Amino acid sequence: MRVNWDYAPFQVLRDPARCVNCRLCEKECSNQVHRFDDKIKGMVADDTKCVNCHRCVAICPTRALKIALTDHTFRPNSNWTADSICEIYRQAESGGVLLSSMGAPTKLPVYWDKLLVNASQVTNPSIDPLREPMELRTFLGKRPSMIERDPDGEILDNRQPGLMVETPILFAAMSYGAISYNAHAALAKAAQRLGTFYNTGEGGLHEDFYVYGENTIVQVASGRFGVQPEYLNAGKAVEIKVGQGAKPGIGGHLPGSKIVADVAKTRMIPEGMDALSPAPHHDIYSIEDLRQLVDSIKEATQYRKPVIVKVAAVHNIAAIASGIARSGADIIAIDGYRGGTGAAPTRIRDNVGIPIELALAAVDQRLRDEKIRGEVSLIAGGSIRNSADVVKAVALGADAVYVGTAALIALGCHLCRACHSGKCNWGIATQRPELVARLDPEEGAERLYNLITAWNHEIKEMMGGMGINSIEALRGNRAMLRGVGLNQKELDILGIRHAGE
Amino acid sequence: MRLNAERLSHQELNRAIRESDENDVRIINCCGQRYLGAGLSNKQVEVTGTPGNALGAYLDGASITVYGDAQDAMGDTMNGGTIVVHGMAGDAAGYAMRGGEIYIHKNAGYRCGVHMKAYKDRQPVLVIGGEAGSFLGEYQAGGIIVVLGLGTKEKAPVNNFCGMGMYGGRIFLRGERVPQDLSSHLSVHTASQEELKEIAPALERFGTFFKEDMDSIMEGPFQVIEPNVENPYRQRYAAY
Repeated sequence: MRVNWDYAPFQVLRDPARCVNCRLCEKECSNQVHRFDDKIKGMVADDTKCVNCHRCVAICPTRALKIALTDHTFRPNSNWTADSICEIYRQAESGGVLLSSMGAPTKLPVYWDKLLVNASQVTNPSIDPLREPMELRTFLGKRPSMIERDPDGEILDNRQPGLMVETPILFAAMSYGAISYNAHAALAKAAQRLGTFYNTGEGGLHEDFYVYGENTIVQVASGRFGVQPEYLNAGKAVEIKVGQGAKPGIGGHLPGSKIVADVAKTRMIPEGMDALSPAPHHDIYSIEDLRQLVDSIKEATQYRKPVIVKVAAVHNIAAIASGIARSGADIIAIDGYRGGTGAAPTRIRDNVGIPIELALAAVDQRLRDEKIRGEVSLIAGGSIRNSADVVKAVALGADAVYVGTAALIALGCHLCRACHSGKCNWGIATQRPELVARLDPEEGAERLYNLITAWNHEIKEMMGGMGINSIEALRGNRAMLRGVGLNQKELDILGIRHAGE
Repeated sequence: MRLNAERLSHQELNRAIRESDENDVRIINCCGQRYLGAGLSNKQVEVTGTPGNALGAYLDGASITVYGDAQDAMGDTMNGGTIVVHGMAGDAAGYAMRGGEIYIHKNAGYRCGVHMKAYKDRQPVLVIGGEAGSFLGEYQAGGIIVVLGLGTKEKAPVNNFCGMGMYGGRIFLRGERVPQDLSSHLSVHTASQEELKEIAPALERFGTFFKEDMDSIMEGPFQVIEPNVENPYRQRYAAY
């Protein structure tokens, strides 16, 4: 039966007048789309293998290539779309769970795009960031609730260990295994230059990267890969991963094929063996249990590291965050519905969790209402695409943001969403040495540095426009936001007014 | 060094252990203090009384002996060293342990050895003298779990769902009986002479620690549970 056959979604268009048969596209494509045909003495392409990653397009010396969406179509149907039909074909054939990568591409509203930022006019002066100092430095962690003094009246330093970042932007957790050695190297170098942090994800810390410890957050997830006292003490903070925006409520599964020697060593598991992260931490069934893990990590690191608890944004996120704030954690990271992933079941990614904008606003408000906002800092993630998203996130209550996808795009990712294949032509989501070598860590670090530096400028510009010279004064400052095209319920949850009000 | 745990917090106790110049530390009157010896790499700690949860979490080479019962999450993410419990242990003993050895004289609770794994020369061993609760060795990826079921004859010395989701390592159950509800991903066979030799050193240590007659224990027989397919999770996806 040829029921399964569905038309390739992309077409490789080659301009024969420009193609010089150099066969570079053939060499560069790990999906083996291109080949030289002896009969016609020219290049041909197998569209069915193309994932639209643009590697060949970028590398073609004569610009002979482009990729187009096919105009082949099913009978138009706004209910049974081509995607929903083809997914059924795939599952009918394989009996498998649909797997996909990166953040949800669905059409649900992106609330960032419905928020507008304020600026000063006439009655209060805006500030020119080129002329006046603007403060982006951010402190993450618990804030002392009161000033304590010794018997002589001198102020005691009662601060808990925290993180100091020069920008409210940190690189999100991405494990070695999900992404390559060179991608990690680029993130680590960039974090160091920027005075911020990158995050190991749950795959352990490669021995080469211990030198970036001052700019590293190490993660502890349910699989506990590579977790040992040396690892816990290697970074500046420890993050307990409870959930991830792309796949709330489920665990992780890195297939054995990606557990190559070096990844195996870093995760401390045998080569070629699947790496499974169970859905829950089996020692955490309550907030009290979470406190136990937080405390045991603090014991093992002798109270020198702040502990971050990362959760996915789900329906009761405000109550959950309130619990986490009382668990002894110093920082809560919330990962929204659109957060990226190296692989997640499609149905989970596209249907589970809630948008970060609503989750963040709800959590900030709840912690304020309960007068425990100072107990924790908030890091928001799950599709922060540009500096305006950062400004809006901070105004909604975030202390800082995590960027994952944006960082990968800076490294060359073209969002083809085929990470789970392990054949990333840009050397990011792959462990194949010949592909990894395509990503130059130095150049990558520079691109990341450029991106965040550019965002910093833009953030300062927007802050200056609002008459704000310190990111601290923007945090939770929802008067600086207005909504457009939002209903009253959405405005209430976001804690903002409609434009014009 | 001798530490009276009465009225000491877990922070104070742990600091005293860490900062002790002596290799041997003896804690008396322990009353539920958690995280004792967390991440400890090089001391011998003896505890009388009842230590609290997460005893020896991230343990990295030190040895801990408890004259009493231990509570939940003992040896969580343990990397090396030895924990000996002259009594019972609570739930999730040896969660995600990657190295070292845990010996429990009597029964242990639910979810012991969950996600235990091995790496090169680090082959964790968990020996439970009595019976184990449900979900023993859930998600187990490596290492060896032995349950002796001393005093039990009529049934397998584990509760329900033994080895659920297990994808590496082995579980040895002493006796003739095998659990009735084993997943289809698991297989059972009676331990061979080779396999018995493999667990013999651990059983001998068990005998020495708890003064049990090892000859009769070694007579077995032992049922070995292991995953019957490599990477059993592989087939479950349809990538596109």
